[in-house]
Amino acid sequence: MPVINMRKMKTKQTGTIASIKVEGELGRRIRDMGLINGTEITIQSRAPLYDPVAIRVRGFTLSLRNSEADYIDVEVN
Amino acid sequence: MTALAERLSIALGGNPNSGKTTMFNALTGARQHVGNYPGVTVEKKEGHLVREGTEVHIVDLPGTYSLTAYSEDELVARDYLTESKPEAVIDIVDASNLERNLYLTVQLLELGLPVCIALNMIDAAKNNGIKIDSKKLSGLMGVPIVPTIARSGKGKLEIVDEAIKLAKKSKSSRPFHISYGKDLDVALIEIENIIKTNHFLIDSYPARWIGIKYLENDYDVIKKGDQENKSISDEIKFVVQKVSKHVKDTLDTYPEALIADYRYGYISAILKGVVTQTSNQNRLMLSDKIDQVVTNRIFGPLILIAIIYGLYEFTFSYSAIPVGWFESFFEWLNTSVSDILPDGLLKSLIVSGIIDGVGGVLGFVPLIMFMFFGISVLEDSGYLARVAYMLDRIFSAFGLHGNSVMAFIVSGGIAGGCAVPGVMAARTLKSRREKLATLLTVPFMNCGAKIPVMALLVGAFFGENEAAMMMLITLIAWVGALITAKILRMTIIAGPSTPFVLELPPYRLPTLRGLFTHTWERTWQYIKKAGTVILGISILLWALMTFPGLEESQLNVFSNQRTEITMGAKTSVLAEIETSVENEDVELSLAAATLKDKLNQVDMQESEAGLRNSIAGRIGISMEWFSKWAGFDWRTNIALVGGLAAKEVVVSTLGTAYSMGEVDPEDTESLGDTLKNAEGWSPLVALSLILFTIFYAPCFVTVVCIAREAGSWKWGAFSVVFNTVLAFSISVLVYQIGTAFNFLGA
Repeated sequence: MPVINMRKMKTKQTGTIASIKVEGELGRRIRDMGLINGTEITIQSRAPLYDPVAIRVRGFTLSLRNSEADYIDVEVN
Repeated sequence: MTALAERLSIALGGNPNSGKTTMFNALTGARQHVGNYPGVTVEKKEGHLVREGTEVHIVDLPGTYSLTAYSEDELVARDYLTESKPEAVIDIVDASNLERNLYLTVQLLELGLPVCIALNMIDAAKNNGIKIDSKKLSGLMGVPIVPTIARSGKGKLEIVDEAIKLAKKSKSSRPFHISYGKDLDVALIEIENIIKTNHFLIDSYPARWIGIKYLENDYDVIKKGDQENKSISDEIKFVVQKVSKHVKDTLDTYPEALIADYRYGYISAILKGVVTQTSNQNRLMLSDKIDQVVTNRIFGPLILIAIIYGLYEFTFSYSAIPVGWFESFFEWLNTSVSDILPDGLLKSLIVSGIIDGVGGVLGFVPLIMFMFFGISVLEDSGYLARVAYMLDRIFSAFGLHGNSVMAFIVSGGIAGGCAVPGVMAARTLKSRREKLATLLTVPFMNCGAKIPVMALLVGAFFGENEAAMMMLITLIAWVGALITAKILRMTIIAGPSTPFVLELPPYRLPTLRGLFTHTWERTWQYIKKAGTVILGISILLWALMTFPGLEESQLNVFSNQRTEITMGAKTSVLAEIETSVENEDVELSLAAATLKDKLNQVDMQESEAGLRNSIAGRIGISMEWFSKWAGFDWRTNIALVGGLAAKEVVVSTLGTAYSMGEVDPEDTESLGDTLKNAEGWSPLVALSLILFTIFYAPCFVTVVCIAREAGSWKWGAFSVVFNTVLAFSISVLVYQIGTAFNFLGA
């Protein structure tokens, strides 16, 4: 299964997080919200200006900017 | 009253949107106190309740997802827990969202605190087919758990009883310990040994927790460690470096990432067999459906505009009635006091200084209540998060945040708002830099008080294109605010943008109690300010515009003029005027009317002379040599000084300065005509003044609020100086270029 950047995922596409390559505050924020390697996510929607993106993770909806999603690679189904 | 045996202190923690505030309200009712944590602008809510002879003091910690040092909220919560050491912590957990909520629970437990869990909104979880074996979970985590429904108050007494039981138990609870994998566990043991042998920071924190924080590169704990003992701190850092390198080489990751992995791993493991999904129903189905419309590419923005329009309509139309009551009350107070007191300084101080000043400020109260009620509805329902989601792209480009939107709109992003609730609305911004940039730029919006000034100038000088000009003014304010925000974010508040990473909570119907509590808290904070700081400033501004007053010789000139006028008049005419004072409806004869006009003229000239001679007037005159660069004469200068009290005062002060007597800001036609024909005025001067009014110092009520929200008077002062310098530069630029090119009749 191919690993692609979260920004490149299509709406309603599901995948498993393969890696998160960021430290510091952003890294902490992302991980604190439950985005860690192996977590399943689904792209829920994109804002009217295509940024930020809303994803479904661990049963809730989380939004992050595309520039933040860039650090996350996802293995898509 | 029975004597209270004990007083326990219990903290309420939990994720945002977990129903924590609802639980706090349910537990404490009206016995609440809202203040601030020392040194920061994070709200500290406290309350108390009495349960079977035990008095319980409850502190509502800020809602957080974690306990890092990255946000003020989390630091405050952590510092409170470690420094004030509450006897127990009630952790409010959203039952439908256990995994993420327990992530905070794990961190609370690692701090070595006696924790009990309120499994909140258990009804919603049940309805969605989520079954939780709370006994089993309690056994696995070693923590008491009570299912609750904060909205109806179900389980609230049981959870308090559990907390009291925990608090009364001896402190020998077994330390909570989860494994972070072989590499980190070994490092943690090594660090724990260093800490224990040196008695390093362990009066404040558990040893293992300090180790975890060093591994997470937590700057706050490391700073405290460095201060405590630099060499031991360095020794720990060396261990951290070693293991970091190892983890990087073997697993290509960071210790902090591993820690998060293991925490979530631990949670997933214990939830297996505890949580069962009995139906496949998606609990967010309704929320998702709403979102499909509300954040839709086309409908989303349209709905947003409709909702904002509705908020305006609700706030500014409906609050007009109670605002009217306030105004009538202060008018009544004004005339009653005027009638009682003899003419003179004391009367002037009480009427013009205190009543008008505080009345003007308290007049905002209904407006603030309505505005915050509306905002609370949007916030509590979950819509505000969607607004941030939809507009973050635009705002983040200027160094702001999606959550800045509300502050801008409320301040007058669509003409007619008010910067005071606007600045207070910036409270939803949790990121410091973005919040500061928002606070400093929202006063540029065209608030309701600037509108009369704009209407006066536009009506007098740009009468043909009134609507287009007003539109342009709104546009200039927005462009100016966004560019200034960008410049501020690149200079004095430079720094990377705070991560957006925002939860879009499921839509919920707000509770009336929650709405009223929110509204009242914010309104009360505003009223308290009005009673203290604002009263002082009103008196100061009054004094500036009153003292030193005219000298006796000058006063004599005016009274001589008056005598001259009355001397030449018939007694019958004088008597007519006399009676007209008591009965305003009497139609005056031509002779009497002319005489009265003449007398009024003298009165106005006297007040003009008085204003000119006052400290404000002298300031105005002394500034003329450079205000001329922007086309302003001393009269305009005084009006602008007066505008510091409230922007609409610009109009009334211009009226006094041009011997117009009292000018009603709503009716500016005659003043407009005067300005049009007055020497030194041209459309270019008017344009320059319009630009200055958009950008110069916020009114003092706003300044007080900025200082409060920013947590320092420094930022209040900054907004005054910076905005005025900016405004003046823009005005001078426009006026000078306009003059050079002979533009707009210069």
